[in-house]
Amino acid sequence: MQNLLLLGAEAIAQGAIDGGMSGIYAYPGTPSTEIMEYVQASKKAEERSIHRLWSSNEKTAMESALGMSYAGKRAIVCMKHVGLNVAADAFVNSAITGVNGGLLVVVADDPSMHSSQNEQDSRFYGKFAMIPILEPANQQEAYNMAYKGFELSEKFKIPVLLRITTRISHSRAGVETKPIKNMLSGSLPKNPRQFILLPAIARVNYNNLLADQDKFVEDAENSEFNKYIDGKDKSLGIITGGIAYNYLFENFDDRIIPHPVLKINQYPIPRKLVEKIKNECDELLVVEEGAPFIEEMLKSYFNEGTPVHGKLDGFLPRVGELNPNLVAKSLKLEDTTGDDIPSIVKNRPPSLCPGCGHRDMYDELNEAMKEYGKGKVFADIGCYTLGALPPFNAINSCVDMGASITMAKGASDAGLIPAVAVIGDSTFTHSGMTGLLDAVNEKAHITVIISDNSTTAMTGGQNSQGTGKIEAICEGLGVEKEHIRVMIPLKKNFEENVKVIKEELAYNGVSVIIPRRECVQTLARRMKKLKHK
Amino acid sequence: MKTDIILAGVGGQGILSIAAIIGMAALENKLFLKQAEVHGMSQRGGDVQSNLRISSKEIASDLIPMGKADLILSVEPMESLRYLPYLSQNGYLVTNTNSFNNIPDYPEEEKLISKIKSLQNHVAIDANKIASEIGSPRSMNIVILGAASPFIDMPFESLENGIRKIFAKKGDDVINVNLKALKSGREFAEREVLK
Repeated sequence: MQNLLLLGAEAIAQGAIDGGMSGIYAYPGTPSTEIMEYVQASKKAEERSIHRLWSSNEKTAMESALGMSYAGKRAIVCMKHVGLNVAADAFVNSAITGVNGGLLVVVADDPSMHSSQNEQDSRFYGKFAMIPILEPANQQEAYNMAYKGFELSEKFKIPVLLRITTRISHSRAGVETKPIKNMLSGSLPKNPRQFILLPAIARVNYNNLLADQDKFVEDAENSEFNKYIDGKDKSLGIITGGIAYNYLFENFDDRIIPHPVLKINQYPIPRKLVEKIKNECDELLVVEEGAPFIEEMLKSYFNEGTPVHGKLDGFLPRVGELNPNLVAKSLKLEDTTGDDIPSIVKNRPPSLCPGCGHRDMYDELNEAMKEYGKGKVFADIGCYTLGALPPFNAINSCVDMGASITMAKGASDAGLIPAVAVIGDSTFTHSGMTGLLDAVNEKAHITVIISDNSTTAMTGGQNSQGTGKIEAICEGLGVEKEHIRVMIPLKKNFEENVKVIKEELAYNGVSVIIPRRECVQTLARRMKKLKHK
Repeated sequence: MKTDIILAGVGGQGILSIAAIIGMAALENKLFLKQAEVHGMSQRGGDVQSNLRISSKEIASDLIPMGKADLILSVEPMESLRYLPYLSQNGYLVTNTNSFNNIPDYPEEEKLISKIKSLQNHVAIDANKIASEIGSPRSMNIVILGAASPFIDMPFESLENGIRKIFAKKGDDVINVNLKALKSGREFAEREVLK
């Protein structure tokens, strides 16, 4: 079939299209964004009218995908690792309802926190929900897993978690495609009560889920994605999976490893294969990207038996992503590292683009806040988080999507007045609206700045759900009309904008200030398109 | 054959179009390829790199091991030095000499250039000047690709074909000026370094 050069994220998208997907649901988040973007650009997806619009957040995306599955069609939902926290309620309960049409939950983890606030390992969520997990080692496997994942999901009537990490998501390689499958025509669940999680029904479903665990293990034991590769030197056996598999093999020129290797790319842990490598080898080394997920389980399996090495005893670092050199070190191979970075090389942190409206917003806010002193600005997740860095040093928090408004409210409840929230338009509609309602209901003394660039900028300019609706939403939630203030963050408006901010800071109630100017990146792209027309 | 390349620069300087051209050339030669990119937050004016690996044998890791890169190809001088731990003993460092100064503690340019010139295998090229001379300042990155081309184990014509494909939609003028940029960079490297 066709040989395409695809990012890991794109390979998943192509695999899902070819696997007969009827819809993809997602909220943008690095390193998962490109999955949806690829489907949106796909001619085949257009031909087939595959659903491919962004959702307001990961929870609404997860629920919509579950709804499509209920209706008997194949769906995927994509998010970054912290997005799964947002979707967790729907995600965990989807394991209790089970599925009708195949359902793939694709989650991209970000070890080393290239673009994230933590490096949580989504495999724990898969184990927590007690569902099968797939984790590709390369782009071809990413394609194959998305392609075949729907059938795995339908075979056991259970959602399947497909976990990737940054490096596989954002790395390109050749992918061979398979014949495109028909989409399902849709059908109601055979059991009309399957999706009603009333306690009496949920108990039955939960017992079924528990009873199915052995089947999931058996499937993993026989999975084409798991592999036992024998080796002569049994002093050590290596258990690996996902992208860590590549780093391991990189260290052997002819790609032949002297030790037995067990590659785990489908979970639950394939018990028989693990028993086999344990029985044949004196010691085990676990090489996995993310948390010591396999390692911890093995340590408890073999309590005081076979020594298990990995991230818990310092063979590999506990934090950050892996690379070939770290794996070499764990195998006591030679370190190939070249010269040190010369001391004249300085850090170059990311910064807001020249001309960005957030820059003016922060200059104005800093000026207005002078009389109140530092420590009163709660920010959120987006480009404007860079307001934490010089020259602005303007914000005091960045925790999770939407937390700016609610943290400001809690702080004002504690007497921190005025408490200011800085949130972007897309983050506001993601998770800020409900918090604003809390603040309105208690008439909290907070000032909410919705810095509106009319896009989801940090992830590359995806549509923002609230564009054109921000004032109406705030008013609908009960913010007083005269305390919804719209401004254009430009140098020439500096004095006037500072005055408006000061007025609202002084108001003992909820104010919303909306500095609105289009993102300079999306503007430049729009102009370029116009020019080419 | 194998060529492991670290592409370096600052977000927005266009290292991904260099990667795309090399990638096209690799496909033409039916080589294996893996290319790890940086997306997301660090793109905003921060340092960015891409690991580009081409090989006649299947490639295992998406990341180049430290000390194994055959080439550092950088569009900015300070950024070229950030990846020295990746450069192999016989590897080449090819960099633009024009700095992109967006931080308060950017080092003195003279010190940077003298550090680069102290390396055994280097090509330091004023790519902005050469690109301006041929009337296309935006082709700076292609000039550097040309200067690095002697160290990429593929026929020069394949890179030229890569340019034709990548810029196909932009018309013949854009293709021709970029072909010229590629050639100018190549000639510089041959004249200054490989004499």
